[in-house]
Parts: sequence; structure tokens; C-alpha cells
Amino acid sequence: MVVACLTLSGAVGVFGFSFGVGSVVAGASVWQTCALSLFVFTGASQFSAMSVIGAGGSLGSALGGALLLAARNGVYGLTMSRRLDGSLGRRLLAAQLTIDETTAMAVAQPSRREQQIAFWLTGLALYAFWNLGTLVGALTGRAVDPQTFGLDAAFPAGFVAMVWPLLSDRRARLAAAIGAAVFVATVSFLPVGVPILLSVVGALVGVQRPVPPPVVVEVSPP
Amino acid sequence: MSWTLVIVLAVGAYAFKVTGLLILGGRTMPSVMERCLVLIPAAVVSALIVKDTFSTGQELVLDARAAGIALAVVAAWRKAPLIVVIVLGATVTAVIRQI
Repeated sequence: MVVACLTLSGAVGVFGFSFGVGSVVAGASVWQTCALSLFVFTGASQFSAMSVIGAGGSLGSALGGALLLAARNGVYGLTMSRRLDGSLGRRLLAAQLTIDETTAMAVAQPSRREQQIAFWLTGLALYAFWNLGTLVGALTGRAVDPQTFGLDAAFPAGFVAMVWPLLSDRRARLAAAIGAAVFVATVSFLPVGVPILLSVVGALVGVQRPVPPPVVVEVSPP
Repeated sequence: MSWTLVIVLAVGAYAFKVTGLLILGGRTMPSVMERCLVLIPAAVVSALIVKDTFSTGQELVLDARAAGIALAVVAAWRKAPLIVVIVLGATVTAVIRQI
């Protein structure tokens, strides 16, 4: 479990690097970029906000898309509230660490005790690597010419890596296709950033109940 | 860029986390809502990929980024490590731009 937590954190450090680079390329200062990683600490939202700002979108549309992406952490909070104990202060700290990776690592453990260890270990290691990666990335993005080194591709390449594991699920693939289609259909006439907000309708695929696995009827000889 | 974005996003993101973990606590959410919320990343992130690969402002364009991201997709599909996916995307974009 410790190895899995640390491997995951290393990968998240690379994501942090790519966020740091992209964020300063999009127009944030090194301080603002680091503040986002320290205080927002939920990757997809940070990437989304800075991607919209970088394209010249309004503050409102940048925030809207980012907050929609942050909403799922509420679901993870519900999942973790049944598994974590401790004082109020400790739970307030745990809340900041409640994201995709920490929840996934925790629920994969067999016992309540191991779930708590996995949550805190992953959370703290990830927090350290994410912020370190962001700082190094922001300084790199500041130091080199983004166009020459293709740094404007750091965001979309990061998004590809982010979305890929989700697409093993059929409903997620459908949601992704709808989200992308909504963007293409509306980009030319809506203000920059708004098509990203609208792409959230793809998530309504979830209204449909999951298809139960087919029932295999065994035919036995009479 | 304004600090408002940083502050509002930090407060908003933390509010969602705290709501789930402390305020709603042991209660449950309607399952349809839960299913939709967890599908948001797939929908929005794929739109972001199209945006950052094929658009500039309000225009759809085809430039060096498309080649870089196509390679990044192949790398992700071949289960390449994250760093390879990102570095490949950036490098290919830069090289095509030089040609």
C-alpha cells in the first residue's frame, strides 16, 4: 500500500509540473499558481480555470467550469465521512485532502484502519508532490518561451492523461462524447469559456440507470 | 490575472469537500445525483481537450497542437507513463511548429 501511495504521488507531481507550466503560460504569476495548488488542491478544477483564463474567457466562466468540476469532491466527502474518525480539526484538515486519488486509495483497503492510513498517507504525500511539481513547473514556464517548447500543449496533454482512465466505463465515454460535441457545436458563437460550462450536460448520462449485467440462464438437461 | 479567481475557487472547492465530509456526514445523496456528479470530469475534461487542441478564441483551428495531442492520445492508449504523455505532446507540438 505504501508503495502504491508513493507511486501515485510521484505521478501527481508530474501533473503538478504540467499545471505549473500551463498556469503561468496562461497568465498567472508564480505566486498565484502556487496559491491555486496550495489552497484549491483539486487538479481538474485548477487546470480548467487556467485553461479558460488563458484563452481569454471571463472570470465567471472560468470559475463556473472549475466549480462544476469541484462538485464531485462532495461525493467523495460523503464516502470518506463513513470511514474517517477524529476530532473536528482533523476532519477539517481531511476535507482539504478529499479528492479522487485519496478516496480511491482509501476505499481499496480492506479494513477501516488501513483505509484511514491509506487516506492520510496518500493525501499528505500527494499534497507535497502536487505543490512541489507546481512550483518547479511555474518557474520553468516563466523561464522558457512557451511557443518554442510546445508548452501550450502541456494543458491538453495533461487533460488527455486525466480523462483516459475514466473512459474504460461506457457511460463515461458517452458523457465525454457529448461534452466534446457540445463544445464544438457552440464554440463559434458563445463567449470563450461558456462552451466549457455547457459541456457539463454530458454528465446527465448519469440520469439513466446503470445497465445491470446480463443474466446468464443456464439450460440444464431435464 | 486577478486574485479573485484564486480566492473564490479556493473557498468554493473547500466548501464542496467540507459539505460532503462534515455537513452531510453519514447521510446519503440521491443516487442519480451521485452518478451525474462523478461523470462531470469525463464530460468537461473532454471538452477542454478539444478546446485546447483545436480552438483559438472562438475559432476552430487545425495547427501543430493537433499533432502533439494525437501523439499524446496514442501514448495514453499504449499505457505510457504520465510524463511520457505530457512531454511527447509538448515536444511534437514544438517540432511541428519549427518545420
